[in-house]
Amino acid sequence: MTTTLTSATAGGPADAPRPTAARAASRTTVPTRRGRLPRTPLNPRPSIPLTLVAGLVLLYTLLPLAWLLINATKDQKGLLDSFGLWFADDVNLWDNITRTLTYDDGVFVRWLLNTLLYVAAGAGGATVLAVLGGYALAKYQFPGRKAIFAVVIGAVAVPGTALAVPTFLMFSGMGLTNTPWAVIIPSLISPFGLYLMWVFAAEAVPTELLEAARIDGSGELRTFFTIALPLLMPGTVTVLLFSMVATWNNYFLPLIMIKDPDWYPLTLGLNAWNAQAQTAGGEAVFDLIVTGSLLTIVPIVAVFLLLQRFWQSGLAAGSVKE
Amino acid sequence: MATHTTRRLLGALAVLTTLSLTVTACGADGDGGDTGPKDVAAALEKGGKLTVWAWEPTLKKVAEDFEKKYPEVDVELVNAGTGDKQYTALQNAIAAGSGAPDVAQVEYYALGQFTTAKTVEDLAPYGAQKHGTGFTTGPWNAVTEDKAVFALPMDSGPMAFFYNKKVFDKHGIKVPTTWDEYVEAARALHKADPKVFITNDTGDAGATTSLIWQAGGRPYESRGTDVTIDFGDAGTQKYTDTWQKLLDEKLVAPVSSWSDAWYKGLADGSLATLSIGAWMPANFTSGVASASGDWRVAPLPQWTKGDTASAENGGSSLAVPKAARNKELAYAFTEFATTGAGASTRVAAGAFPATRADLEADAFLNAEFPYFGGQKANQVFAESARNVGEDWTYLPYQVYANSVFNDTVGKAYVSPTKLADGLKAWQDTSVKYGQDQGFTVNK
Amino acid sequence: MTLLTTSAQAAPPPPRPRSRFRLRKEAWVGWGFAGPFVAVFGLVFLAPIGYALYLSLFRDRLIGGTSFVGLDNYADALTDPRFWDGLLRVGLFLLVQVPVMLGIALLVALAIDSGRLYGASFFRVAVFLPYAVPAVVASLIWGFMYGTQFGLVGNVNDALGVTLPDPLSPSLVLASLGNIVTWEFVGYNMLIFYSALKVVPRSLYEAAAIDGAGEWRVVRSVKLPAIRGALVIATIFSIIGSFQLFNEPSILQKLAPNAITSDFTPNLYTYSLSFAGQQHNYAATVAIVMGVITAIIAYTVQLRGMRKG
Repeated sequence: MTTTLTSATAGGPADAPRPTAARAASRTTVPTRRGRLPRTPLNPRPSIPLTLVAGLVLLYTLLPLAWLLINATKDQKGLLDSFGLWFADDVNLWDNITRTLTYDDGVFVRWLLNTLLYVAAGAGGATVLAVLGGYALAKYQFPGRKAIFAVVIGAVAVPGTALAVPTFLMFSGMGLTNTPWAVIIPSLISPFGLYLMWVFAAEAVPTELLEAARIDGSGELRTFFTIALPLLMPGTVTVLLFSMVATWNNYFLPLIMIKDPDWYPLTLGLNAWNAQAQTAGGEAVFDLIVTGSLLTIVPIVAVFLLLQRFWQSGLAAGSVKE
Repeated sequence: MATHTTRRLLGALAVLTTLSLTVTACGADGDGGDTGPKDVAAALEKGGKLTVWAWEPTLKKVAEDFEKKYPEVDVELVNAGTGDKQYTALQNAIAAGSGAPDVAQVEYYALGQFTTAKTVEDLAPYGAQKHGTGFTTGPWNAVTEDKAVFALPMDSGPMAFFYNKKVFDKHGIKVPTTWDEYVEAARALHKADPKVFITNDTGDAGATTSLIWQAGGRPYESRGTDVTIDFGDAGTQKYTDTWQKLLDEKLVAPVSSWSDAWYKGLADGSLATLSIGAWMPANFTSGVASASGDWRVAPLPQWTKGDTASAENGGSSLAVPKAARNKELAYAFTEFATTGAGASTRVAAGAFPATRADLEADAFLNAEFPYFGGQKANQVFAESARNVGEDWTYLPYQVYANSVFNDTVGKAYVSPTKLADGLKAWQDTSVKYGQDQGFTVNK
Repeated sequence: MTLLTTSAQAAPPPPRPRSRFRLRKEAWVGWGFAGPFVAVFGLVFLAPIGYALYLSLFRDRLIGGTSFVGLDNYADALTDPRFWDGLLRVGLFLLVQVPVMLGIALLVALAIDSGRLYGASFFRVAVFLPYAVPAVVASLIWGFMYGTQFGLVGNVNDALGVTLPDPLSPSLVLASLGNIVTWEFVGYNMLIFYSALKVVPRSLYEAAAIDGAGEWRVVRSVKLPAIRGALVIATIFSIIGSFQLFNEPSILQKLAPNAITSDFTPNLYTYSLSFAGQQHNYAATVAIVMGVITAIIAYTVQLRGMRKG
């Protein structure tokens, strides 16, 4: 259920079940002001033509995913023989999933756990750094403040592929290659996350509140944790979401840094399976690649759906602050 | 926190500085100078840990057997990527000065890159020369230079002609024995069924060089730092004349090898033949299982009627990087995996041997392949191995050259550019790279 | 640095003049908060760039080893047709793909925000989904669908008896890549715009509505100006992304090796220089030149984008 502002304002006929009385009561903290106005740009009625036009975009985004879902139900033969956008004669989804998870002593599960580790440490760390950094940029005057973001943009503009070798040599010198650190440390930087938190902190944390806390004698760290952080939560969840997706899909740097398949993330593992079909004596496992791809995106989609509630309600709360 | 991060930054800076120094110094790295015979037996007794980078699936069993035989040794088999991905990793690890494996799988075409840079160990002092007579000529030539042995051959890929008998029978077309007949068959097949192509080709450096090799072309010569590249010789011309016809008449399917579409085409009969290395049967059985019984094996079509010329396509060796920690032990494993029982174990698991003994064994020659309708395919392959043209050399920087093949020769596949001009462009790019890298090219 | 002018203006000004002491302390605290990010950033971005700068002054050869060459590599890069062709190609890509992608993203974001869609929250989730698909997987899926022999294009050809042009032919491959990138990132940008729209103060709409402004009027005079910061930053990141185009062409290269050459994009070029050719020094040089060009364009967009308001 993702009924917050949107469904409430839309009057919720097609959107989602109308909140029950009890639920509606429980959310009186989120005023649905738009609902009280007469029909104006703020309180429009749903439009069929607009929905149809947007539906074209929807079709475009979902078609390849439909292909993935359909083809994950096929065995190797069906994959190659049958029409791409329809099911083969027999549905092998469960069999495919089992084989994907057990192939090569269950290495897929190992890759999944690795990925979870990288996401937890990398995206979690990236969010922490971005929140701290964005808060500092928005709320403190310090020398070099204005230069930071300019340098970040400039550095991000240098193509990463050519920096891979220098980075590899450095990390190797520090003994970090072929360890989880080689994936986690670079994931800690999210330039976009920094930007987002900067903007968000500037809007969401009133400077007067911080000043008031200081006058009350609260230390800077305490002020941050007790006053700023709760206000920053919605933005934090957004940054966490983006960082998680980025870490989950991380491909190029692990490709350079990790040589031991025991430390592969899922993307590298799938790529290795793909390469298997291109090797003398290798076993072509296209069916496992397709099913593995599906299994790879399911968790991240699930996380997005779960997080979206916080994120959405957070944004709604942020939007009514004035 | 502040001091912690400062220290980390300083540490990174220190690393940077040292690295810059080592990288600069790297190029001047000479030979170790230790050329005496190595005590491999003692190293085996002492044991230790061994890291092997290889993607060849049959090594798994060999590594287990090796550990069983020498309980003190612990072999860690790592798939660090296939082909050029692994070479990249290897080169990076060597440049970084740490993390290099003790043994690495290197394809024959790529070995020159490592011997020229002197990053692989000469195995002659370990006693590798004595295996010279045990290997077939092509692979052995590929790993040796004068008295030096830079790797031991692990498998080989004498070429054969795989054809879908069902398709040929259906259209009543004769299986070609010369390349002229091949062009005829290509026309006939495509005419009989526009969905059927004689083969696929989107430009593949390995396949092209192998066919030129079979045609008697020797475009590369390499002696130390002196390199000659000439795609104007008679053998190359035979190849381009024939292949240009196929391209002009659009008789080859624009499907890239190893793609899902390729496997599909092999399975459903729309790709009727493959001229490829003898390691292919394993890929047929696993990737094209549904076409079991349709395919047969024959010698390659010939450039001159009645000839028996052949060439190698693919195949790899095991090399010991100079950066290996325990080279004696590394050699012991390399020897174990490529000769004697180790080689036989891998042949039994589907690898194509580079060892004479395995190649001539009755069990091997008489093995019937259910996939090929019970045909004794190894006899065709073994015959091909005997007929591989001699004196073929790859460039000492073939990995780079192959990476720009499609930039240059590829034009002939998607534009009116002629194949011969494409090869000329490839030659020019390769010459320029060689000169930039300090080789004396075409002088 | 005027990137955040809009937001900085939105934030209330410091309430009262601060003492010198307060400023010193604030500087320390500010750096304390920003420090972890800056430190890690230095390690994973600045240090390799510094190292690349250093490498760019040398030349390493298989025969003859390393020698100091000063700025020779830069002279080579500036006259290297393979580099400039690739740059032109991504420039063209950028001019077409970025506006299309951001345009669609903005329209969908406005549509969802307008409250005039049936099933708005479903749209929001569904359009974002492709972003969750790794580039490796996305390229594999589209690579299959593009197949004229056995793929979806082939299926359509068979079913309708037509011959659609091959999406992976040299003349179309850039558009096909643009399609994959658009597919992957439309939802991401939509979400950025949407979340920016969500924090636009409702009071602004109300004021406009009371003034009798129509829907398009509100979009033009209230919503778009309010999310200018998000528009500019999305453009900048898209420009950087286009200039660094790598994953998608590198994966499709296996299917279309002759259309996607090893110097197809500058990033593919540095990759093949560095990895296939072992020319780390020259690769580093090309990367730095590319970075400078990208940064100049990004800053220009940012300055112009911000000034217009």
